[in-house]
Amino acid sequence: MRSKKPFYPYTLWMAIFVIVPLAMVLWYSFTDNNNSFTLENFKYVGDNLSTYLDSLKIALISTVVCLVVAYPFSYIMCKCKVSTQRMLNTLVMLPMWMNFILRICAWVMILRPQGILDNLLGVLGFGNNTIYHSETAIIIGVVYNFLPFMILPIYTTMAKIDKSLIEAGEDLGCNGFKVLKKIIFPLSLPGVITGITMVFVPAASTIVIGERLGGYSLLGDVIDSYYKGPSVDMHIGSAMSLVLMIIILISIAVMNHFDNGEDLAVV
Amino acid sequence: MADKGSCSDVLLRLTELCKSYDNESILKNVNLYIKDKAFVTLLGPSGCGKTTILRLIGGFESPDSGDIIFGDTRINDVPPHKREINTVFQRYALFPHLNVFENVAFGLRIKKLPEDEITQKVKKMLAMVDLKGYEKRPVSKLSGGQQQRVAIARALVNMPRLLLLDEPLGALDLKLRKDMQLELKNIQKQANITFLYVTHDQEEALTMSDVIVVMKSGTIQQIGTPEDIYNEPANAFVADFVGEANIVDGVMENDFSVTLCGAELKCVDKKPSDRNIVDVVVRPEDVEIVPAGEGFVDGVVESSLFKGVHYEMTVNVGGAIWLIHSTVSATVGDTIGMRVAPDNVHIMEKMYSSAINTFVCRIESADSENSLYGIKLEGCSYQFSSPLVFNEGDSVKLSIPAEAIEVVAADEGDFDAYLDSIIWKADHYELILEGDEGRFLTNKTNDEQAGTDVGLKLNVEKCIIEPCPESEGEDK
Repeated sequence: MRSKKPFYPYTLWMAIFVIVPLAMVLWYSFTDNNNSFTLENFKYVGDNLSTYLDSLKIALISTVVCLVVAYPFSYIMCKCKVSTQRMLNTLVMLPMWMNFILRICAWVMILRPQGILDNLLGVLGFGNNTIYHSETAIIIGVVYNFLPFMILPIYTTMAKIDKSLIEAGEDLGCNGFKVLKKIIFPLSLPGVITGITMVFVPAASTIVIGERLGGYSLLGDVIDSYYKGPSVDMHIGSAMSLVLMIIILISIAVMNHFDNGEDLAVV
Repeated sequence: MADKGSCSDVLLRLTELCKSYDNESILKNVNLYIKDKAFVTLLGPSGCGKTTILRLIGGFESPDSGDIIFGDTRINDVPPHKREINTVFQRYALFPHLNVFENVAFGLRIKKLPEDEITQKVKKMLAMVDLKGYEKRPVSKLSGGQQQRVAIARALVNMPRLLLLDEPLGALDLKLRKDMQLELKNIQKQANITFLYVTHDQEEALTMSDVIVVMKSGTIQQIGTPEDIYNEPANAFVADFVGEANIVDGVMENDFSVTLCGAELKCVDKKPSDRNIVDVVVRPEDVEIVPAGEGFVDGVVESSLFKGVHYEMTVNVGGAIWLIHSTVSATVGDTIGMRVAPDNVHIMEKMYSSAINTFVCRIESADSENSLYGIKLEGCSYQFSSPLVFNEGDSVKLSIPAEAIEVVAADEGDFDAYLDSIIWKADHYELILEGDEGRFLTNKTNDEQAGTDVGLKLNVEKCIIEPCPESEGEDK
């Protein structure tokens, strides 16, 4: 058997930076300032129910939009020459080289009243001030920020599909669409699942985007506010993030189950 | 089966097929027809274009020129999914997300056959390839041989009129390969479907085929039954590639007699019309061991290995090493006589034209004081000396003897040339190389990889320049 020694630093890392913070979140959630057990913190979860629903709804819509954009994009990308693929890959990554807050501020400039898009829509007769400080603006911001995390896993799994499988499909009577449906889609599903997870999870707890583009606080912002500023209360913040974490874990579990089910359903 | 053949039982016809990738010609004017229900094998070394032919027929590539005629229809532009042809891919290309049953049923489902018919056909096909009871298994859990049979079943269940098989046994071990050879042949007979099989394994080709097509560098060398190919190889390449052979240089001054290894040997072939040097091919099992002095030539036994059915011996005949298969053993170190029946002596015309190693060039610079003349060949400038006097601009014939050419690694010689063929000639390799301006022949004692570029160095002192007869043009 291979030595387990090389994994010790990794185990240590996991213990310090994953297990310990999780345990702390758990501890804070169920205690008050006197370190005694309480369920009081979870009362605030109920008070913020609409924020939870808003955040999850935006995360869900954004994930769907990302998927709808990323899947065809990855498919077309895979059909390009290798040099073009590399260029497109860089273009997808490029925005991520810029600071997150700066990216959001750039969108503020585009979407704000009298901004570029606003003026353009006005000229086209759609009326002014339609997008800024709306759910749509938040979704645009979230999609813009997390699209690369959908494209990259899908593109990677798709590019890995053996070309001879596609030829075998054609050989057995599939036209282009049937090859996509019967071979490429089922084989790229793991990438889709990864992409959905990588977009949905951070989107559900994203900060700043809601406040800057939507004009209201999303769950991430609310949790954030309990860890800093005048109303700091780590116990409430912990309880709220614990609930979010459980919701996310459940949705991932459901999706993975769907993934396995899909495998059989295709059969 | 040459390029003629107009009978109605021809299933597939390739005419003047050409294909190149990145300016490199892969197929050069391939003409071939395939009879219905036949087991035809494309045989050749890797890179000879055999897989390209298969991909053209399958529809995964389209030819640069020429036609692919299937039945009576030209199918050059028909996409793969509309061709009545199925393929067994080299690495099987089974769908990893489907189980055995669904892999085999794939083509039938695309055709939207009723469920009970699909089940019945798939079950029958799985029984035929000996995979009954494996329906629910994921393909990744199968052994190589089982995967291979699923691949065959998946293609065959569609009852194509033509089944293409691209080295399907390549990934299997020897024992399994032998079993599968027989099984494939049986399946072909049972299913009564035309098989076009690609392999580089000559034994596989001989075992299974009705017709073998031997290829080299994008051209067909010979088409014939396994017996024809083995017994009457068309040239030294085929003889060398199919089975084992002694190939030696011979000189024919008269019909029915050839001089090789300093001795005369009777044969049944006539002297070629254009020149007297030929390749002589003798199969190892056709050499009879007789007491010294009683054969056409004597040799010293250098080694003898028992191979079960026969002894494999190497015999040194004046430096040339002959391979002999005989049921009679001879003692190592003994001098023996070798006898070959006239009809076992195969005379072959040289694979190159008589114009090889000669080039018509122009004198670029003339230094008559030192008798040095500058000539450009293959993009290199050479200074040749000659007792004859030439002027700048004169057309001359440059002859480069084989011994003036040295083969080195690519990029390390004066220029690079493509190694078209390399054949062992009892005591040396004969190399035919293709340059930009013509072909080169040279000899070498050690091996090189055919189908690659090598560097060539010229020894200018051994080259001869002569005045060029005005009327003669450049002979390629």
